[in-house]
Amino acid sequence: MRPWIEKQRYLIDYTLAALARRKARNLGLLAVYALLVFMLASVSLFGQALRQEAAAVLADSPEVILQRLVAGRHDLIPPGYLEKIGRIRGVQHQQGRLWGYYYDPVSKANYTLLVPAAEAPAPGHLRLGATLARERGLQAGQPLSLRSYGGKLFTFTVDEVLPASSELISADLVLLGEADFRAFFDYPAGHYTDIALSVANPQEVRNVAAKLSAALPDARPILREEMRRTYASLLDWREGIALALLAAALLAFAILAWEKASGLSADERREIGILKAIGWETGDVLRMKLWEGLLISFSAFLLGLVGAYVHVFHFGARLFEPVLKGWAVLYPRFTLVPQLDGLQLFTLFFFTVVPYTAAVLVPIWRAAIIDPDAAMRG
Amino acid sequence: MIQLTDIHKAFNQGQHNEYWALSGIDLELEARRVTAFQGPSGSGKTSLLTIVGCLARPTRGRVRLHGEDISGLPERFLTEIRRRTFGFVFQQFNLIRGLSALDNVMLPAYPEGKPHAELLQRAEVLLARLQLGHRRHARVEWLSGGEQQRVAIARALINDPEVIIADEPTANLDTTLSKQFLAILEELSGEGRTVLLTSHDPLVIKSSAVHRVVGLRDGRLCGD
Repeated sequence: MRPWIEKQRYLIDYTLAALARRKARNLGLLAVYALLVFMLASVSLFGQALRQEAAAVLADSPEVILQRLVAGRHDLIPPGYLEKIGRIRGVQHQQGRLWGYYYDPVSKANYTLLVPAAEAPAPGHLRLGATLARERGLQAGQPLSLRSYGGKLFTFTVDEVLPASSELISADLVLLGEADFRAFFDYPAGHYTDIALSVANPQEVRNVAAKLSAALPDARPILREEMRRTYASLLDWREGIALALLAAALLAFAILAWEKASGLSADERREIGILKAIGWETGDVLRMKLWEGLLISFSAFLLGLVGAYVHVFHFGARLFEPVLKGWAVLYPRFTLVPQLDGLQLFTLFFFTVVPYTAAVLVPIWRAAIIDPDAAMRG
Repeated sequence: MIQLTDIHKAFNQGQHNEYWALSGIDLELEARRVTAFQGPSGSGKTSLLTIVGCLARPTRGRVRLHGEDISGLPERFLTEIRRRTFGFVFQQFNLIRGLSALDNVMLPAYPEGKPHAELLQRAEVLLARLQLGHRRHARVEWLSGGEQQRVAIARALINDPEVIIADEPTANLDTTLSKQFLAILEELSGEGRTVLLTSHDPLVIKSSAVHRVVGLRDGRLCGD
């Protein structure tokens, strides 16, 4: 065992010396490689963190949301629906919700106006999402005037800017009281936008949804699980677009790696010939080249991963923000909770280190089988 | 020690540019002697040395080392024999540029996996013996021709081989350095090593350090 370890040590020593001797070329390769890992890792880490964030947000949302449809379009919930639901077994609690969209010509962005279930602002007051407040330059205590769709001007006082920790979902949010909401949108009394239901037993959610569909045929129950899947697929789709773009970079890198390995310089070929002539086996040369590949791969992987970690969790993934967070006027500013999971790391490793190793293996093998007598004839 | 029987060596066999470098060499090389192969360019001297030193296989014929036929051995075993039995001093020295003299000397021993301290000590002793102790950390490209050749000799000796093979060892040296090389040659022979070299340098061929001269022309023996 000892000679084997010593031998590997000698091979690594030699490889390090060889890498140092071709500094410019190897540093160039390392930089391109690390950049590729950085981009892939950024997309992956960011997507994963967003999914976790969305899952955490949805964990507090109601199990079922009931919407009414007219001609296949979302319509208001008329009076009497809440009472009908109350008679369905399994429903623990139901509440009519009031929310709507408002286009603000000043900031050229859509806001979501919502009446909170509890602690609604007093009449004439509202609470704002941090992105929106930033966009309009508002702080607590300042007035905000909005012209309703009916043409009437409403002036509210900003009570509070919502905490930045909830910015991912509250970017464009305006919270106001029920009376203000109904007055602003000219919303008919007793009507609601939709109904939020809580179900005591999670196993019963699908049964409750089926009962709701039967009791209220014009209503559509939306399950929390479905929303979670929609969010996930939306993020997956965006991540897919980013990865498809990066696939081109991956291919370019594979070509570079192949070129690097197959285009062994005359100097390197001469060196391999000498090593074989003085007693190195083909296997030793292959091992030496393998160590070289591993050292480059691991260094690039670590550099890229650490870079991506810092980029995503300390700089909010500035480079990929527009693609991954969505296309909107109001970009939320928020800090993701740093996390890494084993499968994610393995996937990244697999898609960066394995293609490089595969791309360089054949050319290296071809170089390693150089006849040792080439040195004699050099 | 080494017996060559009916050795043939062809290059580009079966192609329009087929070339026979060796044609029917029968030769016995004695241990602990200095044998020089003499002949003009293209006579087959280097081809013969590559076959004796297990760097290449003959197209036809047998090579026996200590009575054992080694011409048909797989590459791995042939490499092991080459590493342990032969030390090479190439015409262009073939040192690895960018590495120090010391690192170059140790290279053939890496596959053996000997303890580093032991290997380092042996390399330093060899360099000191060849008056290169003070230059051991210098990169080989900074050394003079004579110094480079002595590094190559130290490298050839690192695995303590029985046989030293030197291809045109004085081709890149002036008369003084050539004489220095012949002195080293005598020393190696005095230690009981077998030395095989190619040369058409009269200084080498006529030297008292050389015990036997074998002539070659057009791939055949022409005088012993």
